[in-house]
Amino acid sequence: MAKYWREDIETMPREDMKKLQSERLVKQVQHVYEHVPYYRDLMDKKGVKPDDIRSVDDLYKLPFLSKADLRDAYPTGMLAVPMKDCVRIHSTSGTTGRRVVAFYTQHDVDLWDECCARAITAAGGTAEDVCQVAYGYGLFTGGFGLNGGSQKVGCLTLPMSSGNTERQIQFMRDLNATILCCTPSYAAYIGETLHDMGLTPDDIKLKAGIFGAEPWTEEMRRTIEASLGIKAYDIYGLTESSGPGVAFECEEQTGMHINEDHFIPEIIDPETGEVLPEGSVGELVFTSITKEAFPLLRYRTRDLCQLTRGKCSCGRTLIKMCKPMGRSDDMMIIRGVNVFPSQIETVLIEQGYSPNYLIEVDRKNNTDTLDISVEMNTEQFSDKMKDIQEKERSLASAIKTMLGINPKVHLVSPKSITRSEGKAVRVIDKRKLHD
Amino acid sequence: MDTIKQFSVFVENKQGRMAELTRLIADAGIDLRTLSLADTRDFGILRIIVNKPEETEALLKQNGWTYKATSVIGVKVPDCPGGVATVLEALNEVNVNVEYMYAFVNRTPGRADTVICVDDEQAALEILQKKHIDILTAEEAYDI
Ligand SMILES: [Zn+2]
Repeated sequence: MAKYWREDIETMPREDMKKLQSERLVKQVQHVYEHVPYYRDLMDKKGVKPDDIRSVDDLYKLPFLSKADLRDAYPTGMLAVPMKDCVRIHSTSGTTGRRVVAFYTQHDVDLWDECCARAITAAGGTAEDVCQVAYGYGLFTGGFGLNGGSQKVGCLTLPMSSGNTERQIQFMRDLNATILCCTPSYAAYIGETLHDMGLTPDDIKLKAGIFGAEPWTEEMRRTIEASLGIKAYDIYGLTESSGPGVAFECEEQTGMHINEDHFIPEIIDPETGEVLPEGSVGELVFTSITKEAFPLLRYRTRDLCQLTRGKCSCGRTLIKMCKPMGRSDDMMIIRGVNVFPSQIETVLIEQGYSPNYLIEVDRKNNTDTLDISVEMNTEQFSDKMKDIQEKERSLASAIKTMLGINPKVHLVSPKSITRSEGKAVRVIDKRKLHD
Repeated sequence: MDTIKQFSVFVENKQGRMAELTRLIADAGIDLRTLSLADTRDFGILRIIVNKPEETEALLKQNGWTYKATSVIGVKVPDCPGGVATVLEALNEVNVNVEYMYAFVNRTPGRADTVICVDDEQAALEILQKKHIDILTAEEAYDI
């Protein structure tokens, strides 16, 4: 079994990689400066010229790009090639504001496919495999990204898109799918449905799953692995950076290797913008160095993260990023405390509850309220009112220990919280309606 | 041991959930012998006794309701002042705790048939028998 898709790149000595990155960065900066007036203005304002960027060590001199910049530049302000040279677009959902449209030339699509092919190979995929892609196809990058990687590896690709879960399982069984690609919440739902259909992991041939596009916890990973009988691999990417495949997990499951020959990562202090030393927790920033149509220099992802360059048992020398600890957008400030949904999810799973929950934040009498609805299973249900209330209290107290604030927990029936076939909606912040 | 099978069904306080459940049961040709609802602001537990327990259980399972089958005791309480007190005193005497109780819709004049859920069924049945308090059999409860 091939262990790497591109051994030369994936195990390249650091010094050689740095040289490669520097050469590519210099070219990328020139390309952007020449073709993207929006970024040229940012550089001019900061007094930086392309000549000032001679190696990756000069990266810090460049101005940042934020999501707000991309929205300002909508739809074509960041485009670095004539539109006729592009072959495709993808777009963000626009749920948190105006959409961002990303453009791709054929070269960009090929590199993206290449990144996804590395991820599939790292998850044990080869041309012998059957890869079921249950990410949404369309403007969302998940479906097309993994589809491209899967075909590049030579897997038989099942372009299922998301939804119609029983049919997913039928194809999975009839065509002996061995790799599943989708969001972690959909993977959990497929696992649940499999069980509801009276089937077990022995009835399917899946061995690995590649799950991303939303934050998920280690506990959720174990739940999915058990319900589908697979090893679950994380994958990272943003529509702005092409899509999934910026970073991918190896069998060690201790973080995602970043495809450094295409993207240079940095960790910055989100308040000051200062670059933090390796190992610090801060905001993840990416610089693309090989893109034609939609190159982004120092793009602030808003993901809070940590980078480590330790030796990995898989032999890859590519730097690793941890599972993002939360997107700064997902962070809620409740009664002055920073709260991430993932912290709550961790407690729920530890306490034996399902990862199906809904967090509702509101403000009553000038105090923030935190209500968490959690599904209980038949075994957790009791005929006695006081038992259920006791369970709610004990779960609330475990969450309070984690967060420092007291939530109100509501146990609800199985399947009463809407399942997601794509990115799950975990939080409803009603305070925004009042503001 | 003569106990009655009761189903406790979890119902969220969402509009129409109770109606949905009782309609499901009715459409299957099952008769509700009696029911009781315990509720909080968030949820309720609907406790039901039916004429066809096996069919009801299959129906609840198939339709994805969260439920527990529990056994309860039916007591033929004399319909006179102090009737219920006598029963509770008897249970108290042997330290049996009553979790909850509710009445059957009365069918026999002079009697208030009551459903009691206790923490120690064995002890409860023994003391009731000793005190000559009549037990409602499962058959009587299902009214076959
Ligand atoms: Zn590794």
